[in-house]
Amino acid sequence: MASFLDAYVAPKKDIPRRAYLTVSTLVAASILALWCALSYGGVVRSDFLPTPDEVVTAAINGINDGSLLVNTAVSVTEIMSGFVIASIFAVPLGILMGSFKIAEAALEPVTNFVRYLPVSALIPLLILWVGIDIEEKISVIFIGTFFQQLILIADVSRGVSQDLLDVSYTLGANRRTVVARVLIPATLPGVMDTLRVTLGWAWTYLVVAELVAANKGLGYFILNSMRGLFTDQIFLGIMVIGLLGLITDQVFKLLRNWLLPWAV
Amino acid sequence: MPVTALENISLNVEDKEFSVIVGPSGCGKTSLLRLVAGLIEPTEGTITLDNTAISGPSKDRGMVFQSYTLFPWLTVQDNVEFGLQIAGIPAAQRRDTASRFIGQVGLNGFERLYPRQLSGGMMQRVALARALANDPAILLMDEPFGALDSQTRSLMQELLLDIWQASHKTVLFITHDIDESILLGDRVYVMTARPGRIKEMVEIALPRPRTVDMLTTDAFMAIKRRIMHLIHEEAMRSIASERPRAS
Repeated sequence: MASFLDAYVAPKKDIPRRAYLTVSTLVAASILALWCALSYGGVVRSDFLPTPDEVVTAAINGINDGSLLVNTAVSVTEIMSGFVIASIFAVPLGILMGSFKIAEAALEPVTNFVRYLPVSALIPLLILWVGIDIEEKISVIFIGTFFQQLILIADVSRGVSQDLLDVSYTLGANRRTVVARVLIPATLPGVMDTLRVTLGWAWTYLVVAELVAANKGLGYFILNSMRGLFTDQIFLGIMVIGLLGLITDQVFKLLRNWLLPWAV
Repeated sequence: MPVTALENISLNVEDKEFSVIVGPSGCGKTSLLRLVAGLIEPTEGTITLDNTAISGPSKDRGMVFQSYTLFPWLTVQDNVEFGLQIAGIPAAQRRDTASRFIGQVGLNGFERLYPRQLSGGMMQRVALARALANDPAILLMDEPFGALDSQTRSLMQELLLDIWQASHKTVLFITHDIDESILLGDRVYVMTARPGRIKEMVEIALPRPRTVDMLTTDAFMAIKRRIMHLIHEEAMRSIASERPRAS
């Protein structure tokens, strides 16, 4: 026991890959086993906890009648639109905010105010201003991600080493060149990481976005299933969101390695 | 509250000379070098290079920093070409110049690597090549080997001596390492504790070309004793002045 602790429970020390995979698999399998025990064993009524095969059946039905695909497509469109629009504005503004005191003075107080507002509190206003169609969903996701991105990206650009800029000046670069050729490239790895993290957050706003007058989308699918006590469908919706999140995260990781092979 | 980092500093760096500033930590050595680089502005006084007053940074005054300042997104080759490229030098000529200096610092074959694939010593060699490729009138070096282990540091000192022997660049070098200052410099300026002033200038009469073997010679030791004594006085004075800090 003592030797086990020595070998496997030392802070920040590597453990053998096999041990790593074993632990990961064990935990995932235990959760699945617990779920099976609770549902098949009849400990929890199937109205509240569906059995795994009911969820699989729900998935097959959803694929066959096309509803799963349509709802997923709608949600992905909403999220990607909100996220892309937010990123287009947040990346340049964030870099400005972190690098130029005047931009910081202009943007930071407002940003810090808005980013603590719960997005759900803004929904009534959004309905009045942009209606109840897809624009409302995109707006919710935009507001949920934009201000967070702004603060995080400002921090990234604030973190660019002053020496890196200074050495460029001593190599003959003017201010413009320093910004374009040094400051911006230096922020890219941090910007990519921020986008990856905030895309995850964008997914979490999906259900909030689809609270209002939605008739399609995964969030709507989950909410609507609740009304009929279709817990198998609720589980399905949640799992699809989780799976899509996992996929987008991996895509971002690959993209970063591919676009920024020089970054650590 | 503004702190006076430097006061009544006057020094002349002669053309084609290797001048070294040595002083206790916190004495304002780095501030002095950044003033010469034009990265900060003096509140009083002037700095001139070849009779022209310095205003702002320029490629006349190349600088090698203590921290690693290679551009991580550029290869070794592109890092060394950076200054040449923004000066608008044609690609073929850029490549030749860069290759020559990469060769001088002994990194042939490493051209296509990114900084993250290099050791600390290699990164500083590339930084040196990058500064030299720009052909500055004076090369400013701010404890460039300070972050390296002692073996790598003495290799870098020998490399720098070789390069200097071949080019006789004007160099202003900052260090807190007394051995390093004597080994490299034609003149060593000893700075006082804050506010930094030049306490004394020591001419280093050791013959050139120099090698690390000289570190143990009597002549070297004699100079070292003298400089150590000067610095020790300053360090004591600095500690004494820190103690009764009124709150």
